[in-house]
Amino acid sequence: MSFKRLMSAFKIISKKPSSIFGFVILLSFILMATVGPLFFSLDLRAYPAKRYLPPSLEHPLGTDFAGRDVLMQIINGSREALLIAILTGAVTLLIATLIGVSSGMLGGLLDEALMRVTEIFLMIPQYPLLLLIAASISRELNLFEVSFIIGIVQWPAIARATRSQVLAIRERPFIEAARCLNLGRLHIIFREIIPNLMPYLVMNFFLALTGGIYAQVVLFSLGILRFTSINWGMMINIALGESALINQKAWIYLFSPIVCIVLLQTGLILISSALEEIFNPRLRTEE
Amino acid sequence: MKWVVRKGLLSLFTLLCSITITFFLFRIIPGNPVDIMILEYMRGGDSYEEALTKVSRIIPFLPNKPIHEQYVDFLKGVFTGNLGYSIWLATPVTKILGYAIPWTIFAVSISLIISFLLGIVIGMYTAYKRGSIIDKVLSFYSSVSTATPQNVLGFFIIWILAVQLRLFPSSGPYGPNVDPKVFNLEFLLSVLYHAILPILTYVLTSLGGWILTMKSSTVSVLGENYVTAAEARGLKDRRIALSYVGRNAILPLFTRFAISLGFMFGGVLLIENLFLYPGIGRYLNLAVNYRDYSLISGCFLITSVAVVAANFIADLLYGKLDPRVKFD
Repeated sequence: MSFKRLMSAFKIISKKPSSIFGFVILLSFILMATVGPLFFSLDLRAYPAKRYLPPSLEHPLGTDFAGRDVLMQIINGSREALLIAILTGAVTLLIATLIGVSSGMLGGLLDEALMRVTEIFLMIPQYPLLLLIAASISRELNLFEVSFIIGIVQWPAIARATRSQVLAIRERPFIEAARCLNLGRLHIIFREIIPNLMPYLVMNFFLALTGGIYAQVVLFSLGILRFTSINWGMMINIALGESALINQKAWIYLFSPIVCIVLLQTGLILISSALEEIFNPRLRTEE
Repeated sequence: MKWVVRKGLLSLFTLLCSITITFFLFRIIPGNPVDIMILEYMRGGDSYEEALTKVSRIIPFLPNKPIHEQYVDFLKGVFTGNLGYSIWLATPVTKILGYAIPWTIFAVSISLIISFLLGIVIGMYTAYKRGSIIDKVLSFYSSVSTATPQNVLGFFIIWILAVQLRLFPSSGPYGPNVDPKVFNLEFLLSVLYHAILPILTYVLTSLGGWILTMKSSTVSVLGENYVTAAEARGLKDRRIALSYVGRNAILPLFTRFAISLGFMFGGVLLIENLFLYPGIGRYLNLAVNYRDYSLISGCFLITSVAVVAANFIADLLYGKLDPRVKFD
């Protein structure tokens, strides 16, 4: 993207306070995940004397059932939550783009076959399948494997969308021109289709990010997967295990990760609607 | 007619894929659950043969037959209603499913009908008022609510309505002092009272999707020529909205409604586990926690069957509702 286009994108974003809000949320979570752990190092030792302390200067969000600082857990948990979301987004986007583009570009029998497979995967309920896969693996999974599993489960909808986006671009005059110039299929796919698909890919990535956060909350808060480290979904699971819902002292501990999840999802959605406006000028509202 | 047969075959094939995935995950991948079960029995002092007979009582196939025969046996089991035996509850899986299915159907169908009706009304309203503050607020709510995990919203609802205000019970399908074996008014009221919070959570998280679909459907109908024609004929706005715009805009939503009915077993996983509601989603999660593989595959298969059947019905329904749709 050239500097000029970046500036015009910035102009569109700065016109709407909600888009700025979205970017501020995402940036602060990224900052929290990258820089935060340097200041609040992970310490999961139990301090029985400090159980369920109310918020104070030393512990801004209080402490949990084992006397551990809640803010420290939120900050360290953000790293894993974001990392899984980003990896999931990448896996999903890769599978979906590969299938969507080849289906849309190659057409014929391959297109038919790929779309049948996609349809079948769309009909298999996502989260039960996720549970089934997680249950069939008897050892502990690492971050990459978790992201990979979520990606495998959530690609079909995005693949189908990508295919129809490719089909729409394929009908545009400049592709016809490229075909008349006999530029070759590879040139058309990588030099003409993919660059024009870019905006959609970015939006699909944000869609996959929200899906990745949703799915990891399902897996961790239900206790299907267990990690030795800490993340937001697991905090919810542990808090529920300590019956935080009925314990009046524990509600900050339970609601801290929840508020983070809601905020992050809100930020991602605000950004994707801002991106939609940048990429699709017809949606822009004149003030 | 040919079209119906083709759709039917595709549905059957999808179902076959679900069954195959289950079989593959539980039997073929290295370190699969069936092998582990056999190993655990042998570690407990059983001989290999004893372990085999014990395991074959749990799953509907013999684990020492050739793999393709196991697969055929598993398929036969599924189609004749033999889904194996639950180790955790010491009951046939079909019996557990028979207990759990009505609870999910009860809670979800009520929730779906409420959110469908509310979504249609609100969606049409926002389509007419597009660009207004109300439209922006509702559209924002719709997109955030669909991205918020259901239990995350459920925590707020339980915390406010059940814990702080003590208006509704926070968990369970009915109260402790009613007898579930006696079906009377008292039992029914207790069931309804306990279902309120799960239903509220489901409605609040699924409403957004209906609003967005109805809004975009209405907006596209509003651009149709027959609406302009109706306006030119001087018909009252109310009449145009109800019998011209509304009737046409709802059409695609009926199909979606039928499909959503199919996704009910898979879609309430988080809600049922939050409210300890004894439906399919609750049993699926418990089965995963207890590593009860027959029950896991049973729950997964029933979710798949529902989705496939609902999709098939939705396809048929759409052709009946909208004569403009032609099948090739």
